[in-house]
Amino acid sequence: MRTAERDKMVEDIRAARPAGLARAISLIEDEAEGAGGLLEALHPHTGGAHVVGITGPPGSGKSTLTDRIVKHLRARGSTVGVIAVDPTSPFSGGALLGDRTRMADLATDKGVFIRSMGTRGSLGGLSRAVYGTIKVLEAAEKDYVIVETVGVGQSEVDIARVADTVVVVFVPGLGDDVQAIKAGITEIGDLLVVNKADLPGASRIESTLESTLNLAPPRVEPAPKILTTSAERDEGVVDLIDMIVEHLALAKTTGLLACRRRMRAKAEITAILTRDIAKRTEISLSEPGADWYERLQDGRTTPGALAATIWRKLVIEEYEGVEDENSREASPGDRRGEHRRSHEDLL
Amino acid sequence: MSEGRIRVLIAKPGLDGHDRGAKVLARAMRDAGFEVIYSGLRQTPEQIVSAAVQEDVDVIGLSILSGAHNHLFPRILELLEEADAEDILVIAGGVIPEEDIAGLEDLGVSRVFTPGTSTSDAIDFIRERIGA
Repeated sequence: MRTAERDKMVEDIRAARPAGLARAISLIEDEAEGAGGLLEALHPHTGGAHVVGITGPPGSGKSTLTDRIVKHLRARGSTVGVIAVDPTSPFSGGALLGDRTRMADLATDKGVFIRSMGTRGSLGGLSRAVYGTIKVLEAAEKDYVIVETVGVGQSEVDIARVADTVVVVFVPGLGDDVQAIKAGITEIGDLLVVNKADLPGASRIESTLESTLNLAPPRVEPAPKILTTSAERDEGVVDLIDMIVEHLALAKTTGLLACRRRMRAKAEITAILTRDIAKRTEISLSEPGADWYERLQDGRTTPGALAATIWRKLVIEEYEGVEDENSREASPGDRRGEHRRSHEDLL
Repeated sequence: MSEGRIRVLIAKPGLDGHDRGAKVLARAMRDAGFEVIYSGLRQTPEQIVSAAVQEDVDVIGLSILSGAHNHLFPRILELLEEADAEDILVIAGGVIPEEDIAGLEDLGVSRVFTPGTSTSDAIDFIRERIGA
């Protein structure tokens, strides 16, 4: 991407023009050429939104709850970005993204931007593009970014590394109290919501969650709060929003927020590195004429030794590359704010 | 337009409550490797165009059974133009009489698929036009 093109895109994003945001997100999702540069350019404008994660099993009402939360936040004058993730088929690579059906009224609200996203191979309940998409929405000065995960089973906990506040949605009828004490998603919530509270069994889930929390070992972070909602009837949602706001305020004063943001940055860096190394490894192993498999079969080498060779090759290529991070940091015109520096201090 | 996966918005404009056809097509497109965003029932032209822009889709598939296509489609195409998004391919299906098809295609609907069309015809048409 040419610099002028990128500058225009940054300008469109800063002005929150929907088409500009949409194209930038596609670029990031497709990991297209220019995506990395765009994210670098956006970086100084990020960090301003309250990122709220909504997770829970399929059919627990995450999308409907998100719809209601957004409506109430809008009524309070906040702008909102929504990232709604649904699973990509491991067979066809296609996806049916249906979260918008629950948020149809929000489509024409100019203070709301909703993007549906397939997981595209990620297994933790999110898509790799989520980090970059949050940045785009932050740069567009959304006050809140709501990330709705795929319907999760038990171990898709990536959202805990992304959100400032994690809301885990439970519903009646999904199992006994052993389910509530298993590891995984039940552990990551700052707020535990029993949705569909109008259905029988809701109060039982609530008391099970309460007793589970009572048994939990003491932790540094504030204990999760439990509440019931009926998103369909719009009951309890205002209380939920108050708790979300309160959670962030508390997180700011206790240092929890800094801790979460550090975790997000770490996850983002790891994701970039993993992606780049995987890509380069793939290239190394598919070079025409590569005889590594023959050597492996002959017993002349081992997978570990091959990995070490590729690693060495990558390091050498990178070292001899045009620019390293130090030279880039020193380059003029590279605007990096306080926010960036505070992350680096933490490292 | 994205260089990656083909993204399609399947939308049900106006007042009809039947989306079996739309869902069958959405499912077939998913199996063909497309990312399909389903809008849900009873969408206004404004909602459809706004969703298409936010989702950066390559294609809008309009499914309509109510007979209001001559009223709703022109508005959708007009809004797409206003949004500077007339590069999005618009196709349609459902119950649309033969005599209305030429008029809709003149307005900018790329292809109208009539009842009995195989899902693969629509998929092939999109692949051909989008080229991915």
